[in-house]
Amino acid sequence: MERSLFGYIIRYSKRDQLLIVPLVVASMVLYFLSLDLPKTIINEPIQGRRFPDPESTVSFLGIALRLPEFIGGDWRLFDGFVLERMPYLFALTLAFLLLIVANGLLKYQINTMKGWMGERMLRRLRYALFDHILRFPLARFRRVKSAELATMIKDEVEPLGGFVGEALITPLFLGGQALTALLFILYQHVYLGMIALGMVAVQAVIIPKMRRRLLTLAKQRQLTARQLAGRIAEVSDGIVEIHAHDTSNHERADIAARLGRMFRIRFEFYQRKFMIKFVNNFLSQLTPFLFYSVGGYLVIVGKLDIGALVAVIAAYKDLPTPVKELIDWDQQRLDVQIKYTQVMEQFMVENLAPRTLHEVIDRPLLPQHGKICASNLSLVDESGSKVVDGVSFEVGLDAHVAIVGRPDSGRSELAQLLARLVPPSSGTVSMGDIDITRAPEAVTGRAIAYVGPSSYLFPLSVRENLLYALKHRPVREAVYEGEELREREFQLREAARTGGTSLDIGADWTDYESAGVADADALENRVLESLRIVEMEEPMFERGLRSAIAPDRSTELRELLLGAREAMRERLATLHMEDWVERFDPARYNRNATLAENLLFGAPVGKAFDIENLAQNPYVAQVLEETGLTGDLLAVGHQLAGTMVELFSDLPPGHEFFDQFSFIRHEDLPNVKAILARVTEFGLTRIDPADRSQLLALPFKLISARHRLGLIDEALEGRVLEARRYFATRLPGTLRHAVEFFDPTRYTSAASLQDNILFGKIVSGQADAAQRVGGLIRQVLDELGLRPLVVKIGLDYQVGVGGARLPVADRQKIALARAILKRPAVLILDQALGVLDPASQSVVSARLAEHRKGAGIVWVVQRVDAAEQAQHVLVLERGRLVEQGTFDELRKRNGALNRLLKEG
Amino acid sequence: MSLDQEVEMMRQIPLFSRIAPAMQKLLCFGSERLTYDPGQVLVKVGDMADAAYVIIEGQAEVSVPSQRGTVVVNTMGKNEVIGEIAIFVDLPRTATVTAITKVEVLRISKDLFINVVRQNPDAAIELIRILAMRLVNTTQQLIKNTAGAK
Repeated sequence: MERSLFGYIIRYSKRDQLLIVPLVVASMVLYFLSLDLPKTIINEPIQGRRFPDPESTVSFLGIALRLPEFIGGDWRLFDGFVLERMPYLFALTLAFLLLIVANGLLKYQINTMKGWMGERMLRRLRYALFDHILRFPLARFRRVKSAELATMIKDEVEPLGGFVGEALITPLFLGGQALTALLFILYQHVYLGMIALGMVAVQAVIIPKMRRRLLTLAKQRQLTARQLAGRIAEVSDGIVEIHAHDTSNHERADIAARLGRMFRIRFEFYQRKFMIKFVNNFLSQLTPFLFYSVGGYLVIVGKLDIGALVAVIAAYKDLPTPVKELIDWDQQRLDVQIKYTQVMEQFMVENLAPRTLHEVIDRPLLPQHGKICASNLSLVDESGSKVVDGVSFEVGLDAHVAIVGRPDSGRSELAQLLARLVPPSSGTVSMGDIDITRAPEAVTGRAIAYVGPSSYLFPLSVRENLLYALKHRPVREAVYEGEELREREFQLREAARTGGTSLDIGADWTDYESAGVADADALENRVLESLRIVEMEEPMFERGLRSAIAPDRSTELRELLLGAREAMRERLATLHMEDWVERFDPARYNRNATLAENLLFGAPVGKAFDIENLAQNPYVAQVLEETGLTGDLLAVGHQLAGTMVELFSDLPPGHEFFDQFSFIRHEDLPNVKAILARVTEFGLTRIDPADRSQLLALPFKLISARHRLGLIDEALEGRVLEARRYFATRLPGTLRHAVEFFDPTRYTSAASLQDNILFGKIVSGQADAAQRVGGLIRQVLDELGLRPLVVKIGLDYQVGVGGARLPVADRQKIALARAILKRPAVLILDQALGVLDPASQSVVSARLAEHRKGAGIVWVVQRVDAAEQAQHVLVLERGRLVEQGTFDELRKRNGALNRLLKEG
Repeated sequence: MSLDQEVEMMRQIPLFSRIAPAMQKLLCFGSERLTYDPGQVLVKVGDMADAAYVIIEGQAEVSVPSQRGTVVVNTMGKNEVIGEIAIFVDLPRTATVTAITKVEVLRISKDLFINVVRQNPDAAIELIRILAMRLVNTTQQLIKNTAGAK
């Protein structure tokens, strides 16, 4: 990338800029004409200079070719229209109007083209910067904050786009305009012209001087803003530490200080900016004063005609603006130049990966057989010390190799060198016949899979995270038609014009071949297999059971799950366990569900009928009122409040029972007591609405079977059922989509898979019911062959930012599954199982070894004894390979491995 | 049977009788009312103790493993309490309790019970008294046994 902004602009937008130039020149001509015309209008038709008597006529638009006398004198091409005084006036004014319109249209065209050009350059610049990020060496990311990178690409280069359009055209256009006006004035009268010229010169000298300080301020402003973005990101990344160490106020103070500095900068900035504006305005308004006085004098003494004076003043009106804008442009140029340089400083990095390294290669030659050879491999870190020092070894490509050593032995660095994540300072690695240190990523990224101690998951679904490793290139192009095709072609043209990639994100990038399968179905099975290896199949099954299926899933799936519901019902019946699950029955009150659930009798969609806050819903209140249930529930709420006060009054605040059992929080107890007192005084019917709604909300969470308070008798149950029916039949159209009612014959999309299969509540009074019923659901799903389907639904789970919605161990397991899914020639595991618990560490490592039989693993192990299952062991000490061989050989020797084993 | 009946029953059990009435009610309210079918296991030997059980209805047998297989050592019925000592010491269950008939219990979780006792000094003293009585009985039994053996 060019170091200078203008170099960059000229290199990439020369052609576009040149296309605009003729338009600017044409616009200048029109502008000059539009300045000249008023003079003619005033002097000729208005003042009647060419109309000595009322019958005089003039020719309008006559065209004559002025030729020297010896050829034959002027040659009239067109005699023009012969017009009298009045029509001549209108003809001229009409011509004036046309000039203005034509000039306006030209300006419109110029502005649009400038805008396009600017956006194209901005796009090119942003893409190039992003491309640089992808080519940064890994070490770079330890020093630069991600938020700062984002701010630079998003915000800091933004004004550059605006400026590119202005960069060459504006000085040309405005300069031309100012020059035209100036020439025009000079042409009218030399003195007046000199006055204008003098004022412009003063403006052009003083203003930039005053602005010098502004540039420094602008630079500071950019840096402080970028750092602020970085700090805010830091706070969000380190939020746990902040709360754990009570440093939130320290952070507040830090941000406040930064904002203060930014304010200070802006404060001074504005002060100077408006001062400059004042001076500028003063200077430009001083000139008309001079024109009126000097010009007026000249007219009076007869050295200037009025028409010319009016035209000069009109021309001058247009002069300060372009001059001021020119000065603005110059200011902007310096400002943007600073921004550009500052951004470039961050992106001009040594050791940028060459472009060829990231080339798209359809079917690169991958290492198949042979050996991994490291020869004299060394890595010097930023501080200049050798973390890997002259390591050479040779092992089979299909061998399971363990690398052991202390944490500072360079074991991780060696793994990263082998994975070619870091280029070696010297030495080479080859796999098969391929030199890995120089091979393009198309080779290394497919032949090698690296899983580090803590892997990153993208904020996508689990499935998309797994398939991420297969997206090396668009495999099946998307098919576009009609409008979409035109849009795609437009995008391709523009991408080509701005140095962007032509690869289509809309294409299917999933490379089945890389996963060793033929089609999408086979791939799903491979995914399941990979999940089983890392012990993630069961957790995903659980997720699946607890999630609702996406609305776009096929109805076939719904049918299958309805089948499971029926099978589950039958299974419970054959085991005489029907009464372990109280099924949802439109005609019956479910005593194991809350009153709210009984009333709604459906799954809420969206927030309107949120089951936790159902009592607050106005439609629910209306239903209760109209079915006469309000009074009943108020009475129940009153009793419930009484019981709660009786049970919980003596407990100290913050007692865990409040959370576990109470319907009322401790802090609300005094209030509830007060309400109870008011009820005693005035009666239930006469308390105020706020008290009423509090009492009314209480019974909604009652589960008759669990709470055993005997507050909901059969009569009340009947009335709730009535309200349930009333609720459904009168539901207004606007709320129809806010609830999906339970129907024994239909799948409830808004409810979880498990809830759909059970279609009821596990009864609370039956010992071990939850476990046994849960077990039965699994059995039934297994028997129906639906287990893989449920796992697949679980795979739609969104993992959140950085996978934060998953436990750390699960994140790591998914990263492992992602790595084995692409079937690498060598799987490099850099303490990849460290966050797993010991039991699953041994299970997963055994399964991985089994799965990779005949394919290579290079394993940096944390515990030395874990190296026992490897065929070959490399022992590192301070970056040097001090011992290698089989585990048993090395153990017999009294060497480095034994020392490590003794340390434990 | 509703909460009030459970509280009534609890008052008749010495272990709980000294607890303040509101607390008795809270103890019932916070407990789970569970039904076990014949053959279902309430507590299993070796499991960690996380709850005590009050039998409301039905019969359960207590068995311990021995060299000759499991031996039934006791049968328990209405108003009897299972596993109240184990929840004060973090030790595994020493016996298995299995429902013989359909059994209804109140399952009082360890946390709930300890919390209630903590709030009620009288109940704590009653608990100590009951445990002390058992210790006395056991000691006497032991003395008798040793004397008999001589």
